Amino acid sequence: MLEQFLQYLFSGVTVGATYALAALGFALIYNASHVINFAQGEFIMLGGMLSVMFTQWGLPLWAALLLAIALPAVVGVLIEKLAIEPVKGADTVVLIIITIGASLFIRGLTAVFLGKGTFSLAPFSGDAPINILGATLQPQSLWVLGGTALAVLALWWFFTRTLQGKAMLATAANRLAAQLVGIPTGWVLLMSFAMSAALGALGGILLAPITMTSYDVGIMLGLKGFVAAVLGGMGNGLGAVVGGLLVGILEAMGAGYISSAYKDAIPFVLILLILFFMPNGLFGGKSTERV
Amino acid sequence: MSMSKSVNKRVYGGLYLIAAILLVLPWVLPNSFYLDIAVRMAINAVIVLGLNLLVGFAGQISLGHAGFLGIGAYASAALPTHFGWHPLLAMGAGALACGVLAALVARPIFRLKGNYLAMATLGLGIIISIALRNETQWTGGPDGMPVPAMGLFGFELSSDRQWYWVVAALLVVSVWASLNLIDSPFGRALRALHGSEVASQVVGVNVARYKGSIFVMSAAFASIMGSVTAHYVGFVTPNFADFFHSIELVTMVVVGGMASVYGSIIGAVLLTALPQALATFEGWETVIFGAILMACMIFLPKGLVPTLAARWSRKE
Repeated sequence: MLEQFLQYLFSGVTVGATYALAALGFALIYNASHVINFAQGEFIMLGGMLSVMFTQWGLPLWAALLLAIALPAVVGVLIEKLAIEPVKGADTVVLIIITIGASLFIRGLTAVFLGKGTFSLAPFSGDAPINILGATLQPQSLWVLGGTALAVLALWWFFTRTLQGKAMLATAANRLAAQLVGIPTGWVLLMSFAMSAALGALGGILLAPITMTSYDVGIMLGLKGFVAAVLGGMGNGLGAVVGGLLVGILEAMGAGYISSAYKDAIPFVLILLILFFMPNGLFGGKSTERV
Repeated sequence: MSMSKSVNKRVYGGLYLIAAILLVLPWVLPNSFYLDIAVRMAINAVIVLGLNLLVGFAGQISLGHAGFLGIGAYASAALPTHFGWHPLLAMGAGALACGVLAALVARPIFRLKGNYLAMATLGLGIIISIALRNETQWTGGPDGMPVPAMGLFGFELSSDRQWYWVVAALLVVSVWASLNLIDSPFGRALRALHGSEVASQVVGVNVARYKGSIFVMSAAFASIMGSVTAHYVGFVTPNFADFFHSIELVTMVVVGGMASVYGSIIGAVLLTALPQALATFEGWETVIFGAILMACMIFLPKGLVPTLAARWSRKE
C-alpha cells in the first residue's frame, strides 16, 4: 500500500515539477503583458529536443544543456519582438491566436529539421534506482526536483534582491506608473518572454530522460502547465509552483488509483472544478474590476 | 426607417450573391474532387457562423468547440449503430446533450468577468476528446467508427451532389438567420455586451443570461453540424473532436473577421482550401499554417472582411 502510494507520489512530484516550471513561465508573461502564451509548451519541447540534438553532436552535457536553454530563450525573445509587440493592446482573442500560431510554427520547424521520431536523452547520473521504503526513485527525478528548486530560488532572488527583478514586479503591478518612474517596460516584456522560455526549456531538458521527447510533446505539457497556473491563481509565482506539483501529484494518483486511460483528462477536470468553485485559484486574491 | 431598410438591402445583397454562387457552382466544378471540397467548405462555413455568433458578437472565445462537434458526430454514429435509433433522432439527442452540457458549464462561468470561457471550454473539449478515444466499445476508440447513412422516408442521402444541395441550403438559411439574429433585440444585446459589459448591465441587459444562451445555442448548433459532417463523411475519428480542430475553427472566425457574417464564410472557405494548397509543401504545412495565423493577426487583426470593407468604404 505505502510503497504504491509513494511510487505514485514520486512520479507525480517529478512531472509536477515540470508543470510548475511551465506554470511559472505562464505567470511571468501573464504578469508582464496579460498575454496567455499558448506557445509555452513548445519551449518545453524545444528544451528536450535541442538537448538531444546537441548531445548527439558530441557536445559535453553541460554545454548541450546551456545551449538548449539559451536557444529557446532567444526564440521567446523573437516571438515577443516580432509577433506580440506589433499588436500591443489587441484583443485577448487576437493575442491567443498569435501565440497559437507561434506554437504551430515552432512545432512545424522542429518536425522538419529534427524529424518526427521519439528521442531519449541519457539520464544525467545513471539509472540505478534508489530504494525508499519499498518504492523506487529514478536518480533523474532528483535532478528534476533539484533543478526546479534551484530555478525557483533563483527567481525568488531575482525578484526580491535585484533592481531588474523589482522593475519587472513594478511593471506587473502598474505599467503606467512603472513607465513614469523610468522603467523601460518594453525591456520588461522581452525579459519575461526570455525567462519563461528558459524556464520551460529547463523543465523539458530535465524531464526528457524520464519521459522521452518528440516534436509534439509540447501541447499537452504546455496545457497542463496552464492548468497549474490557473490552479495557483494566474500570475501568482508561489501558486504556480504549488499548482504544478498538485497537478502532477493528482494526475499520478488518478492514473494509479482510478484509471490510467483517463490520466490526461485529470488536469482538465481539475480546471473545470477550479473555475466553478474557486475562480481566483488557490492563492489568487479576490479580484476587483475596474470600470 | 429608410436608412435601416437600405442597410438591410446592402446586407442581404451578400446573401443573394452567396445563393447565386451556390446555384452556379456545381455546373462549373470540373469533377467530384472539387465538389467534395465545396461541400466541406460549406459545412465549415455553417459551423464557423455559429461559432462567430459566440466569439465575434458576444466576445467569448470557445477553445473546445470541436468537442461539441464530436459529441454530435458520435451521437450520429453510435446511437443508430448500437441502439438502432433513427439518424434524425440521434442528431437531436446529440444537440440536446451539448445544450445541457453547455448550460451546466455556462452557469458558473458567466458569473465571472473576463475570458474564463476560454479556459473552461479548453478543458471540456479535451475531456470530450479523451473520452471518445477511450470508450472503445461505444466509439471504436482511436480508429473511429463508420456512420450509417442519413435517410428520410425511404430516401437516402448518398451522392456528393445530393449532399451539396442539402449543405448549400443549410448555408443560405444559416446566413439569413444570422443576419436576422444580429438585427434582433437579442443580437443588439449581444453586441452591447461585447462593447462594454458594465454599460450593457447598466441599461438592463442581463449579461450572464445572454452570454449563457448564445453559448448554449452555439454548442447545440455545433453538435448538429457535427452530425451533418459525420453523415456526409461516413466515418468519424476522435481527431474530429481534437483541440487542434477547435483551434482551426477559431482561426477561421478570426481570419475571416470577428463579428462578420460574411467573414465567417470567407474564413471557412480559405482555411478549408489551405491544406489542399499546402499539400505540395510536404512537411511544411504546419509551419506555413502557423506563419499565416500570425501574419493575419498582426496585419489584419480585425480579419479579412471587416478590414477590406473598411478600406473600401474609405475609398468611396
